[in-house]
Amino acid sequence: MPFALLKYGLSSDYPAEQDLPPPKALAASYDVVIIGGGGHGLAIAYYLAKYHGITKVAVLEKAYLGGGNTARNTAVIRSNYLTSEGVRFYAESVKLFQNLSHEFDFNIMYSERGQLTLAHTDATVRAFRQRAEVNKHFGGRTEMIDRQQIAELVPTLNLDPGHLPVLEGLWHRDGATARHDAVAWGYAKEAAKRGVEIHQLTEVEDLIIEGGRLTGVKTNRGTVRCGCAVQAVAGHSSVLAAKAGFRLPIVSYPLQAMVTQPVKPFLDPLVSSSALHCYVQQTSRGEVVFGGGSDPYPLYATRSTLELKESLIASAVEMFPFLAKARLMRQWGGITDMTPDYSPIMGESPVENYYLDAGWGTWGFKATPICGQTMAELIAGGGKVPELIRPFHLARFANFQQVNEMGATAASH
Amino acid sequence: MKILHCPLNGPRNISEFIYGGELKTMPDPATCSDREWADYVFYHDNLPAVVTEWWFHSASGYWFLAERHTLTDEVLRTFDPGELFRQRVEFAHAETPS
Repeated sequence: MPFALLKYGLSSDYPAEQDLPPPKALAASYDVVIIGGGGHGLAIAYYLAKYHGITKVAVLEKAYLGGGNTARNTAVIRSNYLTSEGVRFYAESVKLFQNLSHEFDFNIMYSERGQLTLAHTDATVRAFRQRAEVNKHFGGRTEMIDRQQIAELVPTLNLDPGHLPVLEGLWHRDGATARHDAVAWGYAKEAAKRGVEIHQLTEVEDLIIEGGRLTGVKTNRGTVRCGCAVQAVAGHSSVLAAKAGFRLPIVSYPLQAMVTQPVKPFLDPLVSSSALHCYVQQTSRGEVVFGGGSDPYPLYATRSTLELKESLIASAVEMFPFLAKARLMRQWGGITDMTPDYSPIMGESPVENYYLDAGWGTWGFKATPICGQTMAELIAGGGKVPELIRPFHLARFANFQQVNEMGATAASH
Repeated sequence: MKILHCPLNGPRNISEFIYGGELKTMPDPATCSDREWADYVFYHDNLPAVVTEWWFHSASGYWFLAERHTLTDEVLRTFDPGELFRQRVEFAHAETPS
């Protein structure tokens, strides 16, 4: 071994940086148990420790950190939703994302490229105008642009795909992307630094509920008592809720995506088409990521299907014809917990001391920071629901007070 | 290509079918509470297991039932709803002012 390498390796001037402390045994009890070590669960842990001084917290993850839907989404960050409740919530998330790299002292590769959604019908143009106005009202940067402006913004885009010519576009300057793994790692590292315990390969097998109150969880590594628990298990929300003894207004569908080999930079904004059910973006490494709508019927398997891949590629090639020559590098599927109104379910559950962070469908990644912050506030306040997430309470379904984001979510991501 | 066996039309490409949700017992809309109705309309078991669910063959306008495993996507059985529904379901409704 070269002497210089040994010298640096053993020198105390260059200590090895430790991201996460080595695993240890589970404690007998915690103030808060967070089920699910994805972006959301880790963000809740981080904000609990940072703003509320609650550090006797365990994040229990059945596999590895950020390995579920945190790693399977297509990393779109935007706030151009339709309802005032939705826009207010997601706009706050975008603001938090903008400062996250500084906060972590760790690069999450946040890149504000703007997001362009294409309208192919008059009805969509009308809906987009409404979204632009609502967004502007809440301080977002969103406007309608015409074909000429679209062509200037994205010269490689085919403005006349098949029978669906592009009429106008919803241009959302605040649209961005970030490295999704890094967001989870950043939260994990900073939470662990503040004393939060992160336990991987720790699966919650059952919940201990006594007289309508949650008092602990049973895991494959033993039983843990807790003051309260929160479930943040996108893709399996109904499964865990069934263990708690209640049902959710959720249906789980796969969503498939894929990525090409790296090519020269040609695409700055994130582009999605409301009619072709396809969104395309180029990563900072040059790969082109495509994502589509959810599968046509529910399933808990992340295996890809040829039909969906075929239709997704057809749409992507309609939008950017030269991509027909690109080779695909990877393809995958994630599980989306779809709610009837395309908004999340956050807050209290029918079980006391058990909180819900569920129903994240195709809009979970972009809400990671604000979800973490508001859920932490909810838990620290002993169940006092923060104003920002009050509209997303589970009770809205029984009260018929849904927050309809279908038009702003379904096809355009 | 995934094939679904339609009880009326035999094996067809799954793209000809539309998923219609889990089979649930409908409460009487005229007498049930809002909460029971919301539960029926919005809430689902949604578990990875064998589920009996509604499917619609759009080309022939035919509704039927299927037993499908929602983890493996294996369809165990498809059958005509006549096996479960012996008589016509009448939808009672309250008089609404015009």
